[in-house]
Amino acid sequence: MNKDELIAKLKPIIAPYVQDEEAFKNLTEDTDFVNDLKINSANLVDIILDIEDEFNIRLENEDMEQMLNVRSAMAIVTSKLNS
Amino acid sequence: MTTEELLHLLPYEDPFLFVDGIDNISESRVTGHYTFKQDAFFYEGHFKDNPITPGVILTECMAQIGLVCLGIYLLADELNKTKQPQIALTASQMDFYLPVLPGEKVTVVSEKEVFRFNKLKCNVKMLNKKEELVAKGLISGMLKV
Repeated sequence: MNKDELIAKLKPIIAPYVQDEEAFKNLTEDTDFVNDLKINSANLVDIILDIEDEFNIRLENEDMEQMLNVRSAMAIVTSKLNS
Repeated sequence: MTTEELLHLLPYEDPFLFVDGIDNISESRVTGHYTFKQDAFFYEGHFKDNPITPGVILTECMAQIGLVCLGIYLLADELNKTKQPQIALTASQMDFYLPVLPGEKVTVVSEKEVFRFNKLKCNVKMLNKKEELVAKGLISGMLKV
């Protein structure tokens, strides 16, 4: 799966929890879940659980702590898919 | 943890405590009950000359029993007198079917859907004395020690 395909899969997972729609429209790899999209910690958990279902992977506490922006989310998903 | 100890750890008190007792509790589900006081403060205004328990109070009762009691039970190993749980309600989706009048006893049954990364999400229902469904829905909160 290339980067564009991965972003295309992540966007609909993130969309329901976004508070700042404008930032979501301009989403890039540098978009920060909390600071840019204004996603709260409870919804960040929802995103993690939805990512697990979508990609059939299991994420741990340390993955959650690292998953701050789109880039880190992509890196974690990619490494889990390859392991 | 006994249910007595659990009730002592609840961070509520009158007039906003809506748990009388826990009937049974496990890692996956909890059943508890509450009897609404005839003279509860909210009956004065809801509604004028026609006291009915507000849906928001039913939801609160369901959250206190279904989410907070279960959450404290799940965190029991990490809690003690100086370590209280931090609690925040984060989402609720509720359907209401029957009114609850002053003095009515209700039973709340909650089943854990997920508890991960400090987020507890439960399917919760409330039954009246005749075991009729009063309300049901999904409640989520964040809980950590």
